[in-house]
Amino acid sequence: MVVNWFLFDKLCGAAVHPQVPSPGDHTLASAMALPANLAAVTHLKPVPDPKPPPKLAERAETQPRVAELERWATVLRIDCVRMLAVAKSGHLDSSLSAADVVAALYYRVLRHDPEDPDWPSRDRFVLCKGHAAPIQYASLAQHGYFPLEDLTGLRRIGAHLQGHPDMRRTPGIEVSTGSLGQGLSMCIGICLALRLDGLDGTAQVFGLLSDGDCQEGQTWEAATSAVHYRVPNLTAIVDYNHLQTDGTTEEVMDIGDVRAKFEAFGWDSVEIDGHDMQQVVEALERSRTLRKPAAIIAQTKKGKGVSSMEDRFGFHGKPPSPEQAAEALEELMAKLDEQTAALLEAGPGRGVE
Amino acid sequence: MAAEPEAKTEPIATRHAYGDALAELGENHDDVVALDADLAVSTQSIKFGKRFPERFFNVGAAEANMMSIASGLAASGKVPYCSTFAIFAAGRAYDQVRLGIAHNELKVRIGASHGGVSLGEDGASHQMIEDIALMRAMPRMTVVVPADYNQAYRATLSSYERDEPMYLRFGRPATPIVYDEIPETLDGGVDVLRSGKDITLIATGHMVWRAIEAAESLEQQDGVDAEVLNVSIIKPLHSETILESLSKTGLGITAEEHRVVGGLADAVRQLAAEQHPVPIFAVGMGDEFGISGTGEACMEHFGLTARGIADRAREALVLKPIVSRPPLFGPQWT
Repeated sequence: MVVNWFLFDKLCGAAVHPQVPSPGDHTLASAMALPANLAAVTHLKPVPDPKPPPKLAERAETQPRVAELERWATVLRIDCVRMLAVAKSGHLDSSLSAADVVAALYYRVLRHDPEDPDWPSRDRFVLCKGHAAPIQYASLAQHGYFPLEDLTGLRRIGAHLQGHPDMRRTPGIEVSTGSLGQGLSMCIGICLALRLDGLDGTAQVFGLLSDGDCQEGQTWEAATSAVHYRVPNLTAIVDYNHLQTDGTTEEVMDIGDVRAKFEAFGWDSVEIDGHDMQQVVEALERSRTLRKPAAIIAQTKKGKGVSSMEDRFGFHGKPPSPEQAAEALEELMAKLDEQTAALLEAGPGRGVE
Repeated sequence: MAAEPEAKTEPIATRHAYGDALAELGENHDDVVALDADLAVSTQSIKFGKRFPERFFNVGAAEANMMSIASGLAASGKVPYCSTFAIFAAGRAYDQVRLGIAHNELKVRIGASHGGVSLGEDGASHQMIEDIALMRAMPRMTVVVPADYNQAYRATLSSYERDEPMYLRFGRPATPIVYDEIPETLDGGVDVLRSGKDITLIATGHMVWRAIEAAESLEQQDGVDAEVLNVSIIKPLHSETILESLSKTGLGITAEEHRVVGGLADAVRQLAAEQHPVPIFAVGMGDEFGISGTGEACMEHFGLTARGIADRAREALVLKPIVSRPPLFGPQWT
């Protein structure tokens, strides 16, 4: 099935970045106390992507192409900047470094169905690095797990989007995370439950760890037990962005060659460029064919996609200022336009690259 | 359905009841899984493990990993029973229990054995005397401390029927039987074991049979008519029975194998202070760690004995005419 989203894009193009903020945006802008000149540049309300995520059945027929996934990664990044600019709190750079992996997962690799979120043999995604919640929230909202406008409630009292993922509040969250080191163990628990239910042959569990997770001892308890229990359906992706709260990982606590460590623990372990979508997709799809615990060390840059933030220390846990957000949005919007134009150029054909 | 187990009559450790009942739960419910951290013989989860090896996960000496694996299992519809010593369950893996289990309101049961100083020889490093305080403070966590084998058996079986996260504390040494039969239920978690009018002895866990002994000694030696309550569910605390008793006697003694800070003493004092202020004296661990010795020697060292409770009661009774008075206001309990 070919979705004619190009026409859709043209029709809805204005919605992606309207020149004049709608009345609803004024409240957001005033909440941020934006200078008047910035109000025209940025509107902070997330809007639906003119090209909606493919449904599970569509993906079974034709997988989204790498160029499409790259564009979606930009869409998610834009949502993250918007959310954080409104919330004025959160971990933007940690979300941006994971954007490509998360886009590849939600838009292509994960077998999940927003219309049936409790489908027993769905693939599971656990954001072990729970502080990167915005990137998961953006993916879930874009896929329709909850309304897109909910994203503006991030970290706000009474809203369901907590600072770290909360399974009891937010649809689409498998298990609450936020305390580093616990996520991989939780993934193993899910794998064992799937085994008892006879579903470990179909449902893959993906856990996204940070380099901070790899400093926690519990991660290595989990790495040991994954091999001991021979879980066949576990993929651990390490978003190795080399920056943490107090400095670079090399300065604070060098975790060294994480790929070799997982290998020494008995895992299948590969290292990739976490921003090369082709490599990301290949590594993720390969991992589910291995039938043994698989680690993917994704070398990434913190703040990827926003040049003022990229690979620079000092942004962890700090929300962007209105000026930084405006600048970031401008850059990402330009990137999105570029990617959309390139896709239009390439034509409507969809296929596996 | 397995046949109803026979009630024990001879002293036996509460951890054996946990092991026996857990195996029975496994028989009756396919979704029950058990985890242990290399202490399966001590905690008695081995009985489950031998019968249902595919549903039993021994994670080795990695308690944090065990608790988080249990979160994953429970989030996927299983009912995990995690067993280890109380020191590791509540101490070492606190954050894993807190975020992964309590915060998520997952149906995980923590079977913490070897609570208190009565585990004996291993000494302070293994004697957990603040787990009740930690678990009481944790939001959404239910805290259960059974008094003997028969009650522990029921506590374990009925834990399956409830949905909230639960911490169950069991002990190492053989403990005299308090309940002649395996009780039908834990009810609200506060049982009147002995009626009296002069003073209320409120005990939990290993201190319950000692409180009964203390009451008998008070009656024989001092002619004091003591009421004995067994608090098997410390949180949420069923206040009515306790308030009823305190309003009758006007004086309370709590007894626990635990720090008085945050434990049963604080729970009862808090209740009394708010709703029916009468003096509550405590028997428990002060600002100190445990010590090596046989289990019984440790209990004696810290005054956690029938004699300790009775002596405290005698002190309190001396003060009673001075400090105890009917409440000026508030609910009147008859």
